[in-house]
Amino acid sequence: MDSNKNFVVGVFDDEDVLLSAVEQVREKGVRIHEVYSPFPVHGLDEALGYRRTRLPIAAFMFGITGTILALFTQTWMLGYDWPMDIGGKNHASLPPFIPVTFEFTVLLSAFGMVITFLIVSNMKPYSWPRQFDLRSTDDKHVMAVDLADNKLSKAEIGRILKDNGASEVNEKNF
Amino acid sequence: MIADEKYVFKPETKRQILITGVVGLLLFVLGVFMAMRSGDEHGGGHEKKASAEISKILTASVAVTQEHEKSEAVEKEEHHHGSPLWLKRIYTSLWQNNIFFTGIGIIGLFFVAIQYAAQAGWSAGINRIPLAIGSWIPVAGILMLVLWFVVKGDLFHWTHSNLYTPGEHFDKALTGKSGFFYWPLAAGSFPIFFILRMIIFFGLWYLFFTWIRKEMLAEDLDGNVEHWYTARKLSAIFLVIFAVSSSVSAWDWVMSIDTHWFSTMFGWYVFASWWVTGLSVITLIVVNLKSAGYLKMVNSNHLHDLGKFIFAFSIFWTYIWFSQFLLIYYANIPEETVYFIARLKTAPYSWIFYANLFLNFVLPFLLFMTRDAKRHMSMLKVVCPIVVIGHWFDFYNMVTPGVMKTNGGIGFLEIGLALVFGSVFLYVVLNSLSKIQLVAKHHPFMEESLNHHI
Repeated sequence: MDSNKNFVVGVFDDEDVLLSAVEQVREKGVRIHEVYSPFPVHGLDEALGYRRTRLPIAAFMFGITGTILALFTQTWMLGYDWPMDIGGKNHASLPPFIPVTFEFTVLLSAFGMVITFLIVSNMKPYSWPRQFDLRSTDDKHVMAVDLADNKLSKAEIGRILKDNGASEVNEKNF
Repeated sequence: MIADEKYVFKPETKRQILITGVVGLLLFVLGVFMAMRSGDEHGGGHEKKASAEISKILTASVAVTQEHEKSEAVEKEEHHHGSPLWLKRIYTSLWQNNIFFTGIGIIGLFFVAIQYAAQAGWSAGINRIPLAIGSWIPVAGILMLVLWFVVKGDLFHWTHSNLYTPGEHFDKALTGKSGFFYWPLAAGSFPIFFILRMIIFFGLWYLFFTWIRKEMLAEDLDGNVEHWYTARKLSAIFLVIFAVSSSVSAWDWVMSIDTHWFSTMFGWYVFASWWVTGLSVITLIVVNLKSAGYLKMVNSNHLHDLGKFIFAFSIFWTYIWFSQFLLIYYANIPEETVYFIARLKTAPYSWIFYANLFLNFVLPFLLFMTRDAKRHMSMLKVVCPIVVIGHWFDFYNMVTPGVMKTNGGIGFLEIGLALVFGSVFLYVVLNSLSKIQLVAKHHPFMEESLNHHI
């Protein structure tokens, strides 16, 4: 990890204060690195100006891969590689393939989505996410501002956070 | 809070509906004349050739038992004794449209009941639209009862009394089933059990409709939260009743047309088809009201939820459809496969069989997949009519092949009658909607609905 990263960390007690602080702080021109909260705060994504997740697109891609793979595998196995007579049906007939295809589509899109999510949000195995303040897993909301992203000084940012309702302002170096 | 809002049923809307109805009627009459003329010319030959084809498929694929062959022969013979083909075609179309619109009407009440039983908040602002759709129930009930006595001889093979007395038409299988229709009277007499069920179902549906509606409207006046609790209790009771009655009515009114055939999935299948059609009609009315400037409190979040409903239940319908198809396909038992041979391999229905899947699964599945599609009125206005038309075809293929055999078809007659039914339905629903508050005034969850956000 980079050792020269400097963060200003604002701690908030209340999610409504946090929400308005996020808007105010961004209006003042401060770029927020990330906000951590013990529970989902409604409207935080919009306040932070995040784009919508593209996870559904990934899910679709994984799903269609599953569909194609399942159809191809069954057709090739039962139709060409080792044709079997099952109830006098055609070797490669679509109806009995549908349940397997459906399940495989669901399986791949579900696994793919979970794995993609874990990787994108830095929660994959052997990756240790930064802890700005452990109390963000208990009862505090934590706003991290990266000094490298901002032109304002450490003191100025600290003052802006304090003005907008932060109960503490700390520093954190990684 | 919500301002008083009422839907105004404008004379120009009425005129548009009337014009649609008249156009439908003209098409229908035109269709009848065409059917009358063509019926005499090629009906006989075409029919014989095709039914020979069917029996060839049947005997080639399976060893038909003696008994079955006999009942098949009876059916063929019966064919010539019934009403002329054009009249049969009218009866079939009338019955199919009435089943279809009955479903939409009862789904209106079902939707409201589900919202109460689930204590849903998001839908508090739009609940009056499904409530208004429910006002079709009494009309549908009267039509169903009257129509049944008109069409029974041609649509319902089991009404022929000679099937139950020893003789050349005797049918052992149907005699075994006859209690389901005729109990406690003798088989072949008056189907008292069947008729009683029809009356009781419509009676109960109408009773719960007026009851829940009364509570909902009383809430507008005095704002007492007790009305909500009463409506929830009534809804829960209604849902239990509906679970049974929707299945049994599907067997009675649709499945018994193909008298020898049966499927344990059928109740669910008809329900799934009704439910997704009803959802599309609700959404379509909401979207059109919103375009016309009503329902200001409805935003894209509410539309999103309605869209998700249609998306999910299109898939649910497909799941039921496929569950029914796969088992019959795999087991390959002749008394079950006849149903699909009559639809999949028979000339006028084959394309509808595939169109059904395309319109009701492929299109809604692909078009409604993204979040944006469900949140925008333009897309909802495209997909909802597709689903409604698709399920009209679905019901067409459930009802027609069993009656018309190979002489069916979709022409001016069917389209015209669907337009007539549709415009009368719309008139009744909009008229009922204009008489109540468009948005509930003291609904306890209204605030939640206003702030609904997904």
